[in-house]
Amino acid sequence: MGQKIVAVTGNEAVANALRQVNPDVSAAYPITPATDIMQRFTSFVSNGLVKTEMILVESEHSAMSACIGASAAGGRVMTATASQGLALMWELLFIASGSRLPIVMALVNRALSAPLNIHGDHSDGMGARDCGWIQLWSENAQEAYDNTIQAFRIAEHMDIRLPVMTCMDGFIISHSIERIEYLDDYAVKNFVGEYKQLNPLLDIEHPVSYGPLILPDYYMEFRRAHAEVMSKVPGVVLDVAKDFEKISGRKYGLFETYRLDDAEVGLVILNSAAGTSKDVIDEFRNRGIKAGLLKPRLYRPFPYEEVGEALKHLKAVCVLDRADAFGASYGPLFMDIASSIYHYKNKPILINKIYGLGGRDYLPEHAELVLNELAEIAKTGKVKTFKEYIGVRE
Amino acid sequence: MKLKGWKELTPGAVITEAGSALKFKTGSWRAFRPKWIPENCIQCMFCWIYCPDMAIKVKDGKRAEFDYDYCKGCGICALECPGKKGNKAIVMEEEGK
Repeated sequence: MGQKIVAVTGNEAVANALRQVNPDVSAAYPITPATDIMQRFTSFVSNGLVKTEMILVESEHSAMSACIGASAAGGRVMTATASQGLALMWELLFIASGSRLPIVMALVNRALSAPLNIHGDHSDGMGARDCGWIQLWSENAQEAYDNTIQAFRIAEHMDIRLPVMTCMDGFIISHSIERIEYLDDYAVKNFVGEYKQLNPLLDIEHPVSYGPLILPDYYMEFRRAHAEVMSKVPGVVLDVAKDFEKISGRKYGLFETYRLDDAEVGLVILNSAAGTSKDVIDEFRNRGIKAGLLKPRLYRPFPYEEVGEALKHLKAVCVLDRADAFGASYGPLFMDIASSIYHYKNKPILINKIYGLGGRDYLPEHAELVLNELAEIAKTGKVKTFKEYIGVRE
Repeated sequence: MKLKGWKELTPGAVITEAGSALKFKTGSWRAFRPKWIPENCIQCMFCWIYCPDMAIKVKDGKRAEFDYDYCKGCGICALECPGKKGNKAIVMEEEGK
């Protein structure tokens, strides 16, 4: 289990994972804060460190189109994007997933324009959460690196064959240097294994057509089949995580729980802000308040049953969303958590806070404020506001 | 044709059988039906060339009847038909009349 300890940025770690995977084809267009991943990767191509056919295109719409073509042709394919880039890929995201093409895409989460902002929030990934892709979210550079490697195995699994998005917070993780552990090149190569094709266009002995017109007599059956594949994803994610633990020593599940088993109040939060929250939870535990945390990793498909089981015993839970779903009453993560515990007779009181939009710092004092409020709710059963923005000027 | 259930489908709607478009009889889309008038036909084969489907049959090198299983009634053949002395060899007639 040879591992190398390095000090790198999240983008550098993901680029290195992609070098180790050595995909057949990549098509990409630069966009902050994901530019750095492909900039580093294209130098690997130029320096002969990977054999990847690198296609430089004129937009993200073209980038995803080229990835779809290359994947249908029978290659292992990856790309990276963020924010407006993901938005421009929108129609192609559905074509990639509907055609069951196992493309891996690093998404460096960034706010959406307007107003124009280049910093970290989850509006981009949340907007694409129901487009039929698998989404893995990452707290730090290590998780982004590990998720990138595991994503290929999940996407390319013969029972799955779906594209995977691996998410990490823009700038907070993508551009910050952390201590992380790299696996050996050969370990990654063996882990992802030889790419297995499924109905490749370039197999001229067995001609196939991609993208046919499917009318009302069959469209719904294809959607039903897609839903069925989604239901198989959690099992595959866990199997792949088990294999990954063998080569890395690092354990992954569908989500992470932190001091949650005996907790009375809890936070549910995605990505980098989970790290900040864990420190504050330790402080509250020292003060005798039973606080815990749940951090989703596999966000699509969302493991409703498992999350519900993990949260149902709590008295009060706050779901923190780094994106708002305008007009939907609550943030996107809140709606999934609410669905997870909906059918339990005894369940925690749920509140929702919107934080950190457009890269606004999430500070320990924010977590403190929320945990104090939860402790009060747990005691009295009374809620002042079910949803509000925090860290915002009046 | 018995319709398949969702468990029997190819992943991603990929078609693995060559020439399967033959099974999809698009003639049912037709609102106007081309009618061939053999006495006005000079066998120029323009209709065969212009037909966007393969709905003009050819037999022994000569133009034969329409294949109504695939003719969508677009009318291109009737438009392009030079006919004989100003009399069209293909005319469009409304279906169901």
